[in-house]
Amino acid sequence: MDDETPEDLSPPEKSRAMRYWQANLRIVSILLAIWFVVSYGAGILFAEALNSIKIGGFPLGFWFAQQGAIYVFVILIFVYVAIMNDIDRKYGDETELD
Amino acid sequence: MDVKTWTFIIVGVTFALYIGIGVASRARSTKDFYVASGGVPPVANGMATAADWMSAASFMSMAGIISFAGYDGSVYLLGWTGGYVLLALLLAPYLRKFGKYTVPDFVGDRYYSNTARVVAVVCAIFVSFTYVAGQMRGVGVVFSRFLEVDINTGVYIGMALVLVYAVLGGMKGITYTQVAQYVVLITAFMIPAFFISLMLTNNPIPQLGFGGELAGEAGARIAAGQSISLLDKLDGLHVELGFSKYTDGTKPLIDVFCITAALMVGTAGLPHVIVRFYTVPRVKDARSSAGWALLFIAILYTTAPALAAFARTNLIDSVNEARYSDAPGAVEKADQKVVPAWFKTWESTRLLAWVDKNDDGIVQYRAGVPFDGNPAVALDENGKPKRGKWGEWLLSNKPSPSPNELYIDRDIIVLANPEIANLPNWVVALVAAGALAAALSTAAGLLLVVSTAISHDLVKRVIMPDISEKHELRIARIASACAVIVAGYFGVNPPGFVAQVVALAFGLAASTFFPAIILGIFFKRANREGVVSGMLVGLLFTGAYIVYFKFLGGTPDQQWFGISPEGIGTVGMLLNVAVAIGVGSRFPAPPKDVQQMVENIRLPEHKDEATPTSNFRFGH
Repeated sequence: MDDETPEDLSPPEKSRAMRYWQANLRIVSILLAIWFVVSYGAGILFAEALNSIKIGGFPLGFWFAQQGAIYVFVILIFVYVAIMNDIDRKYGDETELD
Repeated sequence: MDVKTWTFIIVGVTFALYIGIGVASRARSTKDFYVASGGVPPVANGMATAADWMSAASFMSMAGIISFAGYDGSVYLLGWTGGYVLLALLLAPYLRKFGKYTVPDFVGDRYYSNTARVVAVVCAIFVSFTYVAGQMRGVGVVFSRFLEVDINTGVYIGMALVLVYAVLGGMKGITYTQVAQYVVLITAFMIPAFFISLMLTNNPIPQLGFGGELAGEAGARIAAGQSISLLDKLDGLHVELGFSKYTDGTKPLIDVFCITAALMVGTAGLPHVIVRFYTVPRVKDARSSAGWALLFIAILYTTAPALAAFARTNLIDSVNEARYSDAPGAVEKADQKVVPAWFKTWESTRLLAWVDKNDDGIVQYRAGVPFDGNPAVALDENGKPKRGKWGEWLLSNKPSPSPNELYIDRDIIVLANPEIANLPNWVVALVAAGALAAALSTAAGLLLVVSTAISHDLVKRVIMPDISEKHELRIARIASACAVIVAGYFGVNPPGFVAQVVALAFGLAASTFFPAIILGIFFKRANREGVVSGMLVGLLFTGAYIVYFKFLGGTPDQQWFGISPEGIGTVGMLLNVAVAIGVGSRFPAPPKDVQQMVENIRLPEHKDEATPTSNFRFGH
């Protein structure tokens, strides 16, 4: 299938760069989906429904809006850092991209 | 020692520290001045970003706002932290890869247009000055409250200090000063929070006590033998007094959604935040320093809502149905509680006021405003403040029909915390130093954006491209000195509309910078014509909506779909993107070299592109 994509007509390092970019976009979209779900989903749109569930003394929707979402944000960035460092190593080291 | 002596000592020591750091790390080149030569370690950059970002408002006002807004205050918590995820994933690494120094640099080069560059410069300067006026005022207010000097004197002291380390040190001086300022401000914020959490829930960690049961010294009294969680008790008190539940929202869902989005995107689009990611050596450091920044910010941002709930519970419990005076005539029931000592201290600052509407000598705190406007003290014929029957300050305001008798300014929540928790005087002094650190660090970061926008983006890139390095550095210093003076002017003569203008700053950052940068990175076909039109549409639409509702007397029922001016930046951003793509498709694609540049910022970083850690060689 790859043979049919126009990128494949370019030199090999070009398609390598393309694959790096695709991998990057995939990770960013997954992490942003989680970002959206915890803040706008759990913290806002479904907060009222979630408030009927209690964790400790917190109504769950309220907890997401004032605590949980922020913790998840921090984790998301560090996960992104770790994954990207991995991908950078994979694509960056072996390629001569100049 | 009294509070004032302690404040002199602690504030004096921290100021000496900031100046020392500023002198030790003074800038020797323009690259030092603009981006600290791109040699700041990511953890240090994270701390500096956190101090840069957390302003006098975050430190002094945010917990107070949440305390009175309950769930509705979440928009600030989510908005001002969630933006860092966007920064880390969508902006910081690519802008670092692009190199150069500023946001207008990127906009100008990516859209091969000096018009776009100049529009970006104007927006950057406007947004930064909007912000900085509030910071300088904040410095003055803290000085006047804790050291009893004139507010204006406080502003001058703050100006002098920023002048020394920002003009001398540039980005390099500012960065390391901000690291110290972060440490000061977070310590000052956390110490009272630990103690208050302990008092109310018997758990020193505020984030955990927040969801815990009432226990401990004050908590047990409030619970009155019941085993009940703090938030349940608070919800109950709220309902009892006629407020809506603390943990429930009252704003329309679409508005909460739009405000949160506008604040997030605005945060990610603010030039003084973005520029911090140019200061680290490598692309991977730009990513991780965004993570560190958010971690350091989150410490304060997850504590603030806990503090808000503690303070709210404690406030209602200690003030409502408390006797104002313990003079014999005022005693009706022997066991009636008396208002705490801080009540009267803050009454004298007008941040708190009481009108005894039913003449019973007891404070009734209910939903609704107690009277019209801000408290104005009634004066007798000698110009002395008039005191009422119980010794309270009388006001000239017209009382409202609501049974509520109490006016409380939101800023009290953080500033009065140490007194409320009976903490020693040095803690009060530390809070003053923390508030100053928060205001000064933000002011310095903003002033640097202004001076860089002038000396680099305008003079070097547009007006005099052949200027020498030495000359440019001198212009940068002069520009930052002028910026400090202008900021000081606004601090002394605050425009009455500072609070409204902040909505404008975020709205404009959201509807201009953010889409232009995102499209520039992720949409190779984005061209000059499209993006400039998009920015203009975003600017005009958002600006007009905010000006109409904030300055021209627009009423809430005229708002579109119930979206308040604070949230309209979200709509402006979507319009910007739609116009940029729509208009752009009718014009040619960007030139080959620009497309090449976009390809290049998307590639993994090459070893040679990183800034060398030693200062012997420049990366560019």
